[in-house]
Order: sequence, then structure tokens, then C-alpha cells
Amino acid sequence: MTAIIDYGVGNLFSLVSSFGRIGEEAQITADKEIIEKADRIILPGVGAFCDAAEKLRNSGLVPVLMNEIKKGKPVLGICLGMQLLFEKSYEYGEHEGLSLLKGVIKPISAVAENVKIPHMGWNSLSFTKGAHPLFKYIKEGDYVYFVHSFFASDCDDSVIAETDYGAPLTAACAQKNIMGCQFHPEKSGEVGLNILRAFCEMKEGAIC
Amino acid sequence: MITKRIIPCLDVRNGQVVKGVNFEGLREISSPVELAKYYSRCGADELVFYDITASSDGRKLFTDILCETARNVFIPLTVGGGINTVEDFDRVLKCGADKVSVNSGAIRNPNLIKEAAKLYGDQCVVLSVDVKRVDGVFRVFAKGGRENTGLEAIEWIKRGVENGAGEIVLNSIDTDGVKQGFDLEMLEAVCAVVNVPVIASGGAGKTEDFITLFKALPGVDAGLAASIFHFGEVSIAELKKEMRKNGISARI
Repeated sequence: MTAIIDYGVGNLFSLVSSFGRIGEEAQITADKEIIEKADRIILPGVGAFCDAAEKLRNSGLVPVLMNEIKKGKPVLGICLGMQLLFEKSYEYGEHEGLSLLKGVIKPISAVAENVKIPHMGWNSLSFTKGAHPLFKYIKEGDYVYFVHSFFASDCDDSVIAETDYGAPLTAACAQKNIMGCQFHPEKSGEVGLNILRAFCEMKEGAIC
Repeated sequence: MITKRIIPCLDVRNGQVVKGVNFEGLREISSPVELAKYYSRCGADELVFYDITASSDGRKLFTDILCETARNVFIPLTVGGGINTVEDFDRVLKCGADKVSVNSGAIRNPNLIKEAAKLYGDQCVVLSVDVKRVDGVFRVFAKGGRENTGLEAIEWIKRGVENGAGEIVLNSIDTDGVKQGFDLEMLEAVCAVVNVPVIASGGAGKTEDFITLFKALPGVDAGLAASIFHFGEVSIAELKKEMRKNGISARI
């Protein structure tokens, strides 16, 4: 079972439906015991970084999440949920993230000129380290759906896929059991479902 | 590279898909959920659902259909029609909509865009505008294109973006239903003043109209149409192939 952490941001209807479609059990939850019992965890998120970071902290679930991650449970941050995994964000000021991955969140406008903001639509993936296990069922160049104005920068070596939007932007990252994608797999058609399918095959402590 | 999007639009009334020609003479087609699944399989990049029911029963039916669609279709969904308050945003977002399109609701309450953008983010708020030339000036029309609001369209759109609209759907009443191509002049005027995605609507009659659109106006991000897709006059899969052949980025 996959626990989709509910900390009061965004709508999780499509996300939970996408698990249903691939025949995997998923539960939207803020319950510590369910999260501890889950085989893997999804950290979703939409909206502004500071607001989401605050809500996540206020939910009291950060220590639970940290502990499960330490145990080696696979976690996938989606969109803003991915950005929260990094050290800090410069969206409307400067805000602390979970610091699970090295890197900072910056505006796309800082690196790409003459592009519309937000980066909204279908864009292709280029794998930076070959096919990560998350990409087991998709291929390089496949299209996924993005909606964001900020991106993860200075990520050290955790980037596993980039997308080109006036500049190469971090599309997905991974470090052992900690993974994230900037795009929305639950809105990326078959390609997105195939990424979730691969994620659902991952087991605690068994990731490269 | 980001692709140009192809978006079928489904007008829904009493649980059925409908297409108005020049906004008049409605005629019913098939099940919205089935049509949405079909378009997703054919390569549609996104779907727009317009609720054109007036009754509260119809509204309930619409939200049920929306939920059923979101359970089955995993591409972005934009919902419009009858969006007058932030509660309406909440109602459709809960059913799996990703973006919400405001039209007459924003004309009646100009704060709606600002309030919704603050709550749900700019990316969630789409400003849909029905525009018609009146004495050589682009005017905003309300009530499904029947009523001239007197608002100058370009100023209205600029203001909408300043207030937080993250995307514009420009529907030209002058070209809608005529099937002679998109309203390039009107679209160009809008692209010149905004830096958010612009979706062209109204006038597509054949595959070439989309090719002409994207070649002539690189600032346009997507093409929207209804009847030509519903009646199979244009196949989305063929259209995408043709786009690629013409050097236009498309998701296949």
C-alpha cells in the first residue's frame, strides 16, 4: 500500500485515482500508523512553497516521514512535494525545506529568458544517468505534464532527468530511496502511470 | 522542448456532450466520460469541459460526470461554465479538475480572478474570453456570446493576467463555427500583451488551420476545438503527425 500524505494542500483526487487505474492500493492519510505501515510514501504538493512547508510542519508528520525515509522506505515527492525535499526555496523570500536532498529552489526566470511563466504543458524528459528504476517502463524523450514557476537548482548529483525550457530544468531527482518529480505523473497519461507503476514495485531498503 | 497542445472541448448539458454552432442551435452528441477516454487515447493533450446547464440538478450531474472522468482520464482537465465564486472553484477542483476557467463570472465580479489565484495559484485560473469585433474594436461578450459588455478585450485580458489569470482562452465569435481558420489577427493582438499561455479557440475547420496557426503565431500555445473533433473531421493523431512534419513540436 502507498500512503499519500495529506497535509492540507492541493487536491489528491486524481493522484489516488491514478493508483486505482494501475491496480495499486493507495490511501490518502495524515495518520502516523498508516504511514508507518505503508510500503511506500508519496509527498504531494501544489501552491506556494512557504505555505506548504508550514502546513507540513504543522501537521506533525515531518518526524514520521523522516523516520520512514531513514528506514529506507521509498518516498516520491511530486511537484511542490519534490521541491520540499531540498534545502531551501527562494519563492517569496527564503524558506527552509526538508534538506533531504542538496539543492535550492529558484525561479525559472533566473535561468531561462523569453519563456512564459509558469512552465505549463507537455515537455520531454532527458535522462541524465541512464534509465533510473523509476523510468523502467518509459523511454527517454517521453512527454510528461509540467506546471511550475520554480525549479530545483544546484542539485549536486541527484538529478536523474531534465527537461528543456529555455534552459535545462530538473525534471526528476533521486538519491537512494528519496525520489522526486517536478512534473505530475497523475496527469501525464500512460507515461505518468508507468512511472507510478515502477514506483509501486520499489520495496523498502531495496533500491540502488 | 515544450509542445503545442491540442485540446478538444466538450460542452456538457444534462449529462450529454453538446456543440453549439455560433453558440446557437444546440445538438446533442455522446457520453462525456466515453468521449474524454476516447480523446485521451487519441493523444489529446488536455480536455476542457464546459458546463452549460442552468439547473442545480444539471450542475450535480455535471460534477458527477467530472469525477467519473477524472477517475478514468489522466491528462489535465479544465472546467468552465457556471464559475461565479471561489466555492465553484472548490466544487470542481474536488472532482479532479486541474484548472478552472472563468468567463462571465469574472465580468460580474472582477475580484474573482484575484481571490481564486490567491487561493489556488495562478496556474489554476484560466480566463476565457468571447470576443467579437464591433465597429473595428475587439469587444468582450458575455452570456455565451449574446451580450456585448462594452469592455475592450485587450485591456480586459491584460487586467485579468495582472490579477492572476495563468492562461487565456481566446474565443473569437467572428470565426467560431465558420470553419475558415483561427482568428489570427485577434490572437496576435492578445499574444502581444500577455506572457501567459494563450489558447486559440474558434474557427478551426481542418488540420491545416492548426498548422497555419502555430506557424504564423509562435506565441500561441494551444489550439482548442469541438465539433471538428467530435464529428471526426479532424483526427487528433493525424493532426499531431502533420504538426511534426511541419516542424511544430507535438506530443505523440
